[in-house]
Amino acid sequence: MPTYRSHVLVCGGTGCIAGGSALVQARMKEELAKKGLDKEVLVVQTGCHGMCELGPILVVYPEGTFYTRVQPEDAAEIVEEHLYKGRVVERLLYRPSEKLESVKHYNELPFYAKQNRIALRNCGYINPDNIEEYIARDGYQAMGKVLLEMTPDDVISEIKKSGLRGRGGGGFPTGMKWEFCKKSVSDKKYTICNADEGDPGAFMDRSILEGDPHSVLEGMAIGAYAMGADEGYIYCRAEYPLAIKRLKAAIAQAESYGLLGRNIMGTNFSFELHIKEGAGAFVCGEETALMASIEGERGMPRPRPPFPANKGLWGKPSNINNVETWANVNPIILKGGDWYASMGTEKSKGTKVFALTGKVKNTGLVEVPMGITIREIIFDLGGGIIDDKKFKAAQIGGPSGGCLTEEHLDLPVSYESLTAAGAIMGSGGLVIMDEDTCMVDVAKFFLEFTQAESCGKCVPCREGTKQMLLTLQRITSGKGTMEDLDKLEELAVMVKESSLCGLGQTAPNPVLTTLRYFRDEYEAHIKDKKCPAKACSGLIQYLVSPDLCRKCGLCAKNCPVNCISGDRQTPYVIDQSRCIKCGTCLEVCPFKAIRKE
Amino acid sequence: MKITSLEDLRKIKASATDQTSARSEGKTRIIIGLGTCGIAAGARAVMEAVLEELSKRGLKDVSVEGTGCIGMCQQEPLLDVIRPGEPRITYGRVTVQDVPRIVTEHLVNGRIVEDRLIGRAD
Amino acid sequence: MVTALSEVPQKTLEILEPWRGRKGFLIPVLQAVQHTFGYVPKEAIEVVSREMKMPTAEIYGVVTFYAQFHLNPRGRHIIRVCRGTACHVRGSLKLLDKVKEMLKVEENGTTEDLRYTLEPVACLGACGLAPVMMIDEDTHGRLVPDKLGAIMDQYV
Repeated sequence: MPTYRSHVLVCGGTGCIAGGSALVQARMKEELAKKGLDKEVLVVQTGCHGMCELGPILVVYPEGTFYTRVQPEDAAEIVEEHLYKGRVVERLLYRPSEKLESVKHYNELPFYAKQNRIALRNCGYINPDNIEEYIARDGYQAMGKVLLEMTPDDVISEIKKSGLRGRGGGGFPTGMKWEFCKKSVSDKKYTICNADEGDPGAFMDRSILEGDPHSVLEGMAIGAYAMGADEGYIYCRAEYPLAIKRLKAAIAQAESYGLLGRNIMGTNFSFELHIKEGAGAFVCGEETALMASIEGERGMPRPRPPFPANKGLWGKPSNINNVETWANVNPIILKGGDWYASMGTEKSKGTKVFALTGKVKNTGLVEVPMGITIREIIFDLGGGIIDDKKFKAAQIGGPSGGCLTEEHLDLPVSYESLTAAGAIMGSGGLVIMDEDTCMVDVAKFFLEFTQAESCGKCVPCREGTKQMLLTLQRITSGKGTMEDLDKLEELAVMVKESSLCGLGQTAPNPVLTTLRYFRDEYEAHIKDKKCPAKACSGLIQYLVSPDLCRKCGLCAKNCPVNCISGDRQTPYVIDQSRCIKCGTCLEVCPFKAIRKE
Repeated sequence: MKITSLEDLRKIKASATDQTSARSEGKTRIIIGLGTCGIAAGARAVMEAVLEELSKRGLKDVSVEGTGCIGMCQQEPLLDVIRPGEPRITYGRVTVQDVPRIVTEHLVNGRIVEDRLIGRAD
Repeated sequence: MVTALSEVPQKTLEILEPWRGRKGFLIPVLQAVQHTFGYVPKEAIEVVSREMKMPTAEIYGVVTFYAQFHLNPRGRHIIRVCRGTACHVRGSLKLLDKVKEMLKVEENGTTEDLRYTLEPVACLGACGLAPVMMIDEDTHGRLVPDKLGAIMDQYV
C-alpha cells in the first residue's frame, strides 16, 4: 500500500454531483496522471461537506486548502499550480465578501468554526464506499466495545445518561424508547431506521446516508444488541438513489468483514439488515405508517397504543429511530453519555443538524450545539440574508413546524423553546425568508403539501386541511373576508386537536404561527386586496411606465400570452384582463420600465 | 477476512489510518519549495526521494507539502522540517543524497543536520 | 423499458419468483414491475393477484396510495421539478410553469411522443441548490428558466 503525500477530497454529495463534481474528479485523475503525480496524490470521493452553496467543493490535504465552485476545467490549474508547484490557486478560494480576505483553510470558515460535528463527523472527510476509512476514524469500535464489554442494560443506561432525544421530529428520549422495547418479551424483535426524510427543506439524513452510511449501520447494530433484536430495516425514500446505492455497498462490505450478519465479531449476536425503498408517501415518515408500508400495505397510521415497542412490525416488538439519531449512538458509546450531556441545554442535550436554506447566503448543513440562538445560525454561520435584504421570518420544522420572527432571533434553540413559540424542532429544516416572501403564501404552500399528503384515514385531517386550503386560496386571490380569518383559526385548532397522527396534529402549525405573528399580512390581503410582499399573483399587476419605455418591444416578444401591445410610435401597454402575471416582461425589460404593484 | 475480535479491528484500523494519514493534522511536516526555480534545481527529485525514504522507514506520521517560491532562489532546492512544538528548520541546496540523512537525523533522532541548515524560524 | 403487452404475464411471473412464501413482497414486486415496464400494467396486477392469492382491490389500493406507482405508460425520461420549501422561495413555480409551457403538458402529464413525463415532487433534498429538478437520476440545480432547454435536450 503506497503512502500518498497528498489527498484530494472531492465532494460526492447530491448537491455537488449536480454541480458536476464527478467530472471534476475524473479530470483531476487525468491531469495527475499526465503530470506523473498519480503515485503521490490520491483522489478520494467523499460525502457532503454541508456547504452546498459553494459546491462543487474540493479539499487538498495535508494543507486542508478549501476550494469552492470547482469546475472540470479548473482541474489542470489545481494540479499544475497547487500539486506540482505548491502554490494555492487563489481564485478558487472562498471569499466571504469583496472586502474580506479569502479563506484558505477549512477551519477558518465561519461556517465551520461554530459547528460541532458529531452526527456529521465523517461527512466530507472519508470515502463512504470504503469501510476501512470508516474504521480508521474509530468505526465499529463502539460496536466492538458494546458486544465484548457491555451488557444490554449498560448500553441503555449510557444512552439514557446522554440525554439523546429522537432527531426525527418527536424528540422522545431515545434511551427510554430502547428500554421499552428491551422490556417487551418476544422471540423476535426488529430495529428500524427511518430514512424516509420527507420534510421539504430537510436533507441531513440524506447527507449522512450518502457520506457516512456505516455510522447508521453501526448505531443500529448497537441498538439491536441492547434491545434483543436480530433483524433490522432501513426504510429509505426512493427519491434518494445515491443514498440507497451507498447503503447497499456499505452493508455488503460490513457483512464481508463479519461486522453484520451471523455471529458478529465471533459473539452470539447476529444482526441481519435489509433496505426497503419507500414508494413516495410523506405519511410513511410516521412510525406506524412506515411499518405498514414495510409490510407491503398502504402506509396508513394506526392509533397508539399499542406502541411499536410492544406490537410493531409484523406484530413484534420494534424500535424506530431516524438516521441522525442512529448516527449519534457510536460517539456516545465511545466517549460516554456524560460527554454528550455536557453539550446543550438542560433538557435538550447534544447537537442538532439544521438544513439551512432559503434566502440565506450560505445554504447547507450545519451541526450546532443545542442552545445556540437562531441569530447565530442565520447571521454567523449562514452569513446573513442574500443581497443584505431584511430578515422577515424563519420557518422551522418543515410543514409541521411554524414561522418565527425577528423577536425570536435570540431564542436559544431547544425542543422546549421552539414548541413554546408555536413551532417545533421537527427534523431541523430551517428555511429563511426575507421581505419579498409573503407569509400567507407560505402558509398556503405548506397546507397544499400536507393536504396532498394526508392519507385520508381520519376525517379532521382529510376534510379539515382541504377546507383550510380553500380558505387560504380565497384570501390570496383577494376574495377573502374577515369572517374567513376566524373560521380558518377555528378550523386549524380543531384539526390540530382531533387528528389521528402527527401529520394532522401538526399540519395547522404554519397557519397558526403566521396568523399569530403576521396577522397584518392576512388583513392586508383581505381588507386592502394587497399583497405587501408582492408575491401573490392574484393581487398584483404588472404595469409599463410610459416615461421609461423605449419602445423596443422585447416585452411583447417574450410575453407567453401575447397580451402586450404597442409599436415604435406608441408606448407598450399590458392588457390586465389577459395577463397571467408570469413576470417575464419585468425580467426581460432592459430599461426597468415595467413595475410590479 | 472476518473480524472476530477487537484485536482484528485494531489491526485494520492501524493499516487504514496510514492510508488516510495525509488528512490528519498536528504532526511533523516537510515542506518543499516547488516554485519554478525549485523545480529547475531538482526539487521534484528531492520530493520523490523524501516519499521513498519515508515509506522505506515506515514513517507514516509525516505530511509532505509543496509550497511556492519563497524568494531564496539561489538556495534551492529548499526543504523545511517542522516538528510539533519545535521551530521551523530550513535546509538549502538539498540533494537527493541528503534526504536519507535529513530524515534519519532530524525526523527520527531530532538532531538538526547542520551542514545544510540555512535558517530557523520560531 | 418498452415491452410488448403480451410479455407482461411471463415477465411478472419472473419478478414474483424470488418472493414466493416471503412476507412484505407487494411493494418491492410492484417496484420491480414498474421498473421493468415503466408503469404498472393491469395485466401485471392480475398475475400478482392470482399467484400470490391477494385480491386485486388490495393491490390497486396500494398502487394508488403511493405517488411512485403509475397505472398508465410514462415517458422515456421523467422530469421531476422540486416543489420543496427552499425551491418555492427561490422561484420553482416559475420553473414548473416554463417546463409545462415547453412540453405542452400539465402536471403528471406525458408528452405525445412519450419522450418526457412531468412530475412535481415534494422535495428532492438538494435544497442548497434551489431551485432544483431531476431528470431520471440526474439532479440539476441553481436553475433559471433560460437554462431548461439545453438541459432537456440532453435527454433524447
